[in-house]
Amino acid sequence: MTGLTKTGAVGEPVPTGTEASAFLDIRDLKVHFPTDDGLVKSVDGLSFQLEKGRTLGIVGESGSGKSVTSLAVMGLHTAGQYGKRRRAQLSGEIWLNGQELLSAEPDAVRRLRGREMSMIFQDPLSALHPYYKIGYQIVEAYRVHHDVDKKTARKRAIEMLDRVGIPQPDKRVDDYPHQFSGGMRQRAMIAMALVNNPELLIADEPTTALDVTVQAQILDLIRDLQKEFGSAVVIITHDLGVVAELADDILVMYGGRCVEKGSAEQIFEQPQHPYTWGLLGSMPRIDREATDRLTPVKGSPPSLINVPAGCAFHPRCPYADVPADNASRTVRPELREVGSGGVAGGGHFVACHMGQEDRERIYAEEIAPKL
Amino acid sequence: MPETKADKVTDAAAGSVADGGVPTTDPAPVGRLRKKPAAGTEPLLRVSGLAKHFPIRKGLLQRQVGAVQAVDGIDFEVLPGETLGVVGESGCGKSTMGRLITRLLEPTAGTVEFQGRDITHLSTGRMRPLRRDVQMIFQDPYSSLNPRHTVGTIVGAPFKLQNVTPEGGVKRAVQGILERVGLNPEHYNRYPHEFSGGQRQRIGIARALALQPKLIVADEPVSALDVSIQAQVVNLLDDLQQEFGLTYVIIAHDLSVVRHVSDRIAVMYLGKVVELADRDSLYRAPLHPYTKALMSAVPVPDTKRRQQRERILLKGDVPSPIAPPAGCRFHTRCWKATEVCRTKEPPLLELKPGQRTACWHPENAPDQAPDDKK
Repeated sequence: MTGLTKTGAVGEPVPTGTEASAFLDIRDLKVHFPTDDGLVKSVDGLSFQLEKGRTLGIVGESGSGKSVTSLAVMGLHTAGQYGKRRRAQLSGEIWLNGQELLSAEPDAVRRLRGREMSMIFQDPLSALHPYYKIGYQIVEAYRVHHDVDKKTARKRAIEMLDRVGIPQPDKRVDDYPHQFSGGMRQRAMIAMALVNNPELLIADEPTTALDVTVQAQILDLIRDLQKEFGSAVVIITHDLGVVAELADDILVMYGGRCVEKGSAEQIFEQPQHPYTWGLLGSMPRIDREATDRLTPVKGSPPSLINVPAGCAFHPRCPYADVPADNASRTVRPELREVGSGGVAGGGHFVACHMGQEDRERIYAEEIAPKL
Repeated sequence: MPETKADKVTDAAAGSVADGGVPTTDPAPVGRLRKKPAAGTEPLLRVSGLAKHFPIRKGLLQRQVGAVQAVDGIDFEVLPGETLGVVGESGCGKSTMGRLITRLLEPTAGTVEFQGRDITHLSTGRMRPLRRDVQMIFQDPYSSLNPRHTVGTIVGAPFKLQNVTPEGGVKRAVQGILERVGLNPEHYNRYPHEFSGGQRQRIGIARALALQPKLIVADEPVSALDVSIQAQVVNLLDDLQQEFGLTYVIIAHDLSVVRHVSDRIAVMYLGKVVELADRDSLYRAPLHPYTKALMSAVPVPDTKRRQQRERILLKGDVPSPIAPPAGCRFHTRCWKATEVCRTKEPPLLELKPGQRTACWHPENAPDQAPDDKK
């Protein structure tokens, strides 16, 4: 247990090769996809830890590698193999509850999937099978891991549907997915994901396809269920509002790497990375007086085949010239801990070449007044 | 930048661009000036009693057994130069409304007046000259551009369809517009698949802008885009409005975006407008309980507020528009509903200056049916 950091928060990267210290411990995860145009580095060296009972929000734009990370944890990249050439290349370590998943046998991972860890997908209509009744699909998920008869499993399915707030669960259990509304389908998905009391729940954009009023219901439901089951939750989203509602810790991804991580308070009150500033400045805020203009990030997300040298964000960064020696364009910044003086102090990491003084000055003078 | 503005489409732009190539209006200021159209201005668009029922047919004889009442009697006006935002949950009829006012759908009832002229039942041929003045921007930048056409063909199509020959030729005009919306004019010969989502949405905007329309109806113009790109497109729409004096009807489900872009906002629920007010009063003191609930449900990127905020959780889903509830359509989910709400439909009344709502028991305003019991 060397190189151990404080648990409970997203801590500092632990050197590989040691035993896991947190419930979910991801170290230097890389997921690369060989394509005809070149190697797509969807995730390129990501490390984070998560304890049970905590919620981690992963934020980033499309193509930043958020979903690929979650599929890697679930062991779904190798599930469908189209011959060697197309397979995702994974490296690094994923420790779940003291067990390493990347090197584990597919059968071992299959036994964990659905029972120890499960996932809620963005689009419930395509994640549910249209030909099978909702109840059947939940029963199936339960019976894969539990040796019970159909009657018991059905009772369990009705119980779960009731728990996630489906009215008349004993009748709706025999409905097909198309008979459910969007919000109800997402509830059914959550029921299916939680039927085995998993210890890790990954929610990939769970509310993006839903209306705000239904989104609020679903976020409340996830929060309540987490309290009840005490599981670790990873919530992946592009909406900073959603993570602010749910997450204890936040990890901001850009171009397949983590650019900033820390507690929700740290990220929202003292964001350190120019990309995080850009995300915050891009959002129209309903809770503030209306501003006349948004301050978007210029340009568009990078290609993952030819990731810009140095800091991947430098072509879009207005402060790329602040660090000396042209470092932003040549040297890839590593995650470094932000010095104390932060909101809660500790556990706040940023990958930026700018000195902390520069960052704090720029944030206070140029960014904060516009947010 | 001023040089490129001169390359712009000339026929309708003549008013705003002088011969010397210098815009007659000052360049858009950094902050947005929201000047209110003077009182008594003739509205650009007036909609009254507009309805669209999609018939449901069944059986051998295809008899009509019911109708999806997508839009069911709405009235509003859009003044020149302003932005009207339309919000609501999915299925509330906001997109249908957009298609009705652009005459892409035939209304079941009601009238649409554009510049004082009734266009509700104009034939396709007589609509054509008006198409120049009313344009649409679509939600999905992937399916709204023909993948087999180059950007030049796509953005140049309006000229061809309207038989307009801009000064300096179509190509020059198109390149001018491309530059104006932030695309490289050298990409004239590229195909849509060579562009990112945000760039494609700019192509859609360029196409809508080509003929210098008066009114642009944008149906979820930014919802398919990433956050940072979303902000770029919102700012672009803003700049274009300043520059060309455009009038927008922006349909969106994202309340923060709508607040940012709109001067006035219409909130729709199940085919009805439940509240219509100017932006600031709507967000400061909403009158309709639905508006209040909708706003309280928006997640706010502020961890300090997560405990303090008053959240109204609406129960259940929106009822079916095939058989909408009697009386006020919101009564099935409303926490203030009383007997009168179940039986009598509330009229859209101006309860505060500039703020109209259809509710018997509004928030922040005198109760319309105080004697009624639960």
